[in-house]
Amino acid sequence: MNVLAIDTATYASGAALLQDGIVRSEKVTFLKKNHSIRVMPAVDHVLSEADVTPADLDHIIVGEGPGSYTGVRIGVTTAKSLAWALDIPATGVSSLEVLAERGGMFHGRIFSFFDARRGQVYGGVYERDAAGGLKQVQPDALKLMTDFTAELAEAEGEILCLSPDLAQHEDVLKETLAHRAVFGRLQDMYPHPADVLAVGMRKEAAQSVHALAPNYGQLAEAEKKRVEAEKGGRHG
Amino acid sequence: MSETSTLILAIETSCDETAAAVIENGRYVRANAVASQIETHKLYGGVVPEIASRQHVEQMTIVMEKAMREAGVTFQDLTAVAVTEGPGLVGALLVGVNAAKAVAYAHSLPLVPVHHLAGHIYANRLVHDVKYPLLSLIVSGGHTELVYMPEEGVYELIGETRDDAVGEAYDKVARTLGLPYPGGPAVDQLAQTGEASLEFPRAWLEEGSYDFSFSGLKSSVLNTLHNATQRNVELAREDVACSFQASVVDVLVTKTAAAAKAYDVEQVLLAGGVAANQTLREAMETKMAAEGRQLLVPPLWLCTDNAAMIGAAADVAYRSGARADLDLNAKPGLALK
Ligand SMILES: [Zn+2]
Repeated sequence: MNVLAIDTATYASGAALLQDGIVRSEKVTFLKKNHSIRVMPAVDHVLSEADVTPADLDHIIVGEGPGSYTGVRIGVTTAKSLAWALDIPATGVSSLEVLAERGGMFHGRIFSFFDARRGQVYGGVYERDAAGGLKQVQPDALKLMTDFTAELAEAEGEILCLSPDLAQHEDVLKETLAHRAVFGRLQDMYPHPADVLAVGMRKEAAQSVHALAPNYGQLAEAEKKRVEAEKGGRHG
Repeated sequence: MSETSTLILAIETSCDETAAAVIENGRYVRANAVASQIETHKLYGGVVPEIASRQHVEQMTIVMEKAMREAGVTFQDLTAVAVTEGPGLVGALLVGVNAAKAVAYAHSLPLVPVHHLAGHIYANRLVHDVKYPLLSLIVSGGHTELVYMPEEGVYELIGETRDDAVGEAYDKVARTLGLPYPGGPAVDQLAQTGEASLEFPRAWLEEGSYDFSFSGLKSSVLNTLHNATQRNVELAREDVACSFQASVVDVLVTKTAAAAKAYDVEQVLLAGGVAANQTLREAMETKMAAEGRQLLVPPLWLCTDNAAMIGAAADVAYRSGARADLDLNAKPGLALK
């Protein structure tokens, strides 16, 4: 059984190969630009290092976002096109759950988030369950950071905060959660392709490869404006 | 040039059409599948790049599957996978480029990068015998280019727009006249009932230039309409449409004819969505016939963006050895070489 993971949802971009339950190879970079240049060479790298050909693949898993709009499109397009061409199943996984997976066996709440500008973040709150999986305490959402911290402040226990954008939000987390806020290690602040494998292996594959789509976390700007205008038109 | 036959899966996502085609020997359309987004973009009065990119991701594999099924071919039958690498909307191009790389990699197929304008020109090769040297005028919502081709696969950009593309000018004028998007067909239709009674400017630019400019014309139309409203004068919309179109067609035909003469070409090819414009076609036909040159215009389905034209151009590129690696990227501002 050969499973390929692809992830370009955040600055972290790369691929990993799971073979017979072992992560054989992994390639990841954390660079702002050019996921489109790097992702297929990364796929080729993890396969050829393990002497696996595309035809040997059984399943593909991809980080579907939220994250960078362009990033998730590159990853999802690559994953679904590969799966379609090879006639194998594909699974999309939440990029926030993938990041939460970096929390390892931390017992407590894991808060993973990506900055979404204007004080907002895409965030998810998870907890490790008895079976070793992740249980969602609060659904992934786009909200003000202060809304997340207000909710987290109500619960008890330590909260592991994981984010590549921690620097922009560290102060508010420390202010509102005080000593209850703990922070991930250097290498745990961004999702790794091997985490995509771990999360994806616990999920069902998409019904159809065609249905695999990015999770942008919000409508496009133009759509938002149109929806607003329609609402305005109806009410006044 | 190799005489072996080719069967190419071609992909095009440079703007608002998700398209895939299977083309045999660069001439025969085995399948041509398009998922058009025009109904979506109509809601916004023009193409919204982010929404176009999102729809491409949703449609891409569906459209590729449709093309492969209609053509009745398997991946093992294919010679190569071709894709538009540019120019176009970067987010839109990225979807096609990454899909093409994945399919090529999955089946160890050569990957052939294609310039979008080469596609528009070679659309003609799917329905006509193309003879060199030739001149092509490419006109659409995104393009206004004059390309000279001394021989197969060699492109020389001799003129382009310095501001708005023709189609953009049509869209803006249409909006001011209260006509729907896309503006081209709507303005052309309204113009049929009007007279070219208003004097709008024609931008000839410097002596001998084959470049275009439509922003002055567009402003002049908008100002004329605005002034009429201010002075409470009724302007016949059909006359505005007709006069605007007369100016556009005059410039396009005159510049193309001058270039055709200077480069002494046998054939003139019309390409791009605006090539569907009846008034432009007729004026170009009359002018070229008078000067003893042959005008080639592809049918409408080959004028607008499609993947069949990319497959036609890819055959030429493939035979001349053009290949891309797995690090191929979208090139939104790609120049024609
Ligand atoms: Zn075009």
